[in-house]
Amino acid sequence: MPINFRELWDYRELFLILVWRDVSVRYKQSMLGVLWAILAPLITMTIFTVIFGRVAKIPTNGIPYPIFSFSGLLPWLFFAQALQVSSASMVAERNLITKVYFPRIILPAAATLAPLVDFLIACLILGAMMVYYGFVPTWHALYLIPLCVLWALATALGVGFWLGALNVYFRDVKMIIPFLIQVWMFASPVVYPASLFPQKWQWLYGLNPMAGVIEGFRWAMLGQGVAPGPVVLASVLVSVLLLGGGVYFFRRMERSFADVV
Amino acid sequence: MIHVEGIGKRYRLGVARQDTLRDTLAHWAGKVFRKGEGTGGQDSFWALKNVSFDVAEGEVVGIIGKNGAGKSTLLKILSRITPPTEGRIRLKGRVASLLEVGTGFHPELSGRDNIFMNGAILGMTRREIQQKFDEIVAFSEVEKFLDTPVKRYSSGMYVRLAFAVAAHLEPEILVVDEVLAVGDAEFQRKCLGKMGEVAQGGRTVLFVSHNMGMISALCDRVVYLQNGSVREIGAPEATIHSYMGTEFQRVAVRPVVPEQHLRGDGTAHIREVRIHATDGAPRNQFNLFEPFRITYTVQVDQTEKLKDVTFWTLFYGDDGAVIASTFQRDTGTTMTIPPEGGEVTVSVDPNYFLPGIYSVSAGAFTRSNTFVDWADHVIVFEILAARLDGQKHDNRLGRVSFPLNWSMEKAGNAVSGD
Repeated sequence: MPINFRELWDYRELFLILVWRDVSVRYKQSMLGVLWAILAPLITMTIFTVIFGRVAKIPTNGIPYPIFSFSGLLPWLFFAQALQVSSASMVAERNLITKVYFPRIILPAAATLAPLVDFLIACLILGAMMVYYGFVPTWHALYLIPLCVLWALATALGVGFWLGALNVYFRDVKMIIPFLIQVWMFASPVVYPASLFPQKWQWLYGLNPMAGVIEGFRWAMLGQGVAPGPVVLASVLVSVLLLGGGVYFFRRMERSFADVV
Repeated sequence: MIHVEGIGKRYRLGVARQDTLRDTLAHWAGKVFRKGEGTGGQDSFWALKNVSFDVAEGEVVGIIGKNGAGKSTLLKILSRITPPTEGRIRLKGRVASLLEVGTGFHPELSGRDNIFMNGAILGMTRREIQQKFDEIVAFSEVEKFLDTPVKRYSSGMYVRLAFAVAAHLEPEILVVDEVLAVGDAEFQRKCLGKMGEVAQGGRTVLFVSHNMGMISALCDRVVYLQNGSVREIGAPEATIHSYMGTEFQRVAVRPVVPEQHLRGDGTAHIREVRIHATDGAPRNQFNLFEPFRITYTVQVDQTEKLKDVTFWTLFYGDDGAVIASTFQRDTGTTMTIPPEGGEVTVSVDPNYFLPGIYSVSAGAFTRSNTFVDWADHVIVFEILAARLDGQKHDNRLGRVSFPLNWSMEKAGNAVSGD
């Protein structure tokens, strides 16, 4: 069940319009609108700074805690949102699935792109904070930031294909996702630096692509912390397997989506 | 153009209903413990079985059948939404399916945005939509509200906009479910005209409808499904006729249930209604201008005969409005029903109803015009768009059309008179 790229290309306009719809509907009928894209990470950052920075006093290798956690939160929130919406997309669009044919795979794929807008808006805040705290991004940011975003996207999509397809059959998946996201966040260096992880368990980080994404992002932006090491290769492999397996699984299951969803 | 060969679709009731993991686990556990009982069988059913037919290019094919006969499943398979369990389909050309009006409409988006959204979902390219945008807007009659979110639209506006987009689809093959059942009568007529244009335009169209008038007016051929299999394929008139004969005979005779009695003085009531052709055969579909009869079985609820009553009948259109009425008292006659009851028949002759579905209410007055009985919406009949003499209906407007007298005087006569 390989992907029919030719067909996907034929449906590119539907894909784009779905992305456009998700973006334009995102903040309609919310009073603060786009401000939420800024407020959500800011509020989370404040909470983390109080609890993990002030109370738990997590060492951050000299980086002020607010900007430390914010630089971790940005890629993380993007990933978490993308994962959440792509997993929910098949059930959310059941109306389309049961009434019109199109390659189903574009639904989770389109869903992952809308959170990118939030991410870009929040990046402006990070920029402001960097000016305030006097950080200058390294030249590595030029290629590392896009790569990190792409990597997070691919990982979210990989998991989204799996969970999105499963969600069609078992609504339990919807219940599990919030826990998955929570556990995954604490297994990733968002509120603490990766170096805090015991040395002999460091290899475990190789299994978590988001560890690489966040560390890479932070390192490129703040110029401090640990540069991505060879363990990254293992993480990339995990992402590739997740994505490849996800596509395969999704394609296997999609034939009966319309009958079951 | 379309080649359908032995397709069948099996739904597994058990699996389809496993909404949660728990159900699945329970199902698997059940399977393990009930080993040897066999699976499938009762918890699966064939929505379609062994369906084959071909559709030539430019042909308009109607699909008819009762609810549950497999019409919608067939359309879903043809539009690739769901795969057949067995059999093969070959389609040549771009297929667009219209199983619902307004698929993908987003309530928060404006009418304008939704035109693009819906168009893309139906398979139109952005360029195509842009080219036809003005036409679509004009057809929908919602110009003034283009920038209003569609959640503020009335249901009529919503349907008009949705259908306007769909009406401008130009695929090689169009698959349409009963989408015309929505919207007001005026707009339905407009859509019907548009559908007619599409059908004439050499496009291949497959569509499901319960409206036999529409089927016979638009289709070249009709597929009649019964219990998931093709019962008959043929010319519209013949196929519709046999469909009506087998599926509708039963409802040409209906008992009146207590809820249908709206008024009455308790002296008598209409117990059963029968609708039949002039030869007496129960039927509730008639050709245009074909006379028919409605017979009311009256039960007298007192020991004496019922004297000096007059009957009446109201005809409702499918929008619920009264279209016409007939009162026996206008004829100056009255009836006397013996204690054992009787049958009262009204001959709808001449029949001036235009194609459509009509509902009948009936009742009787005493001499002082109080209600003996009023039985509401007791039976339905349909007038087809085909005339008895085989001529096609000319799509005239209105619900009834009766011949009146026409005269002419030479112009100027009125002033030049002495």
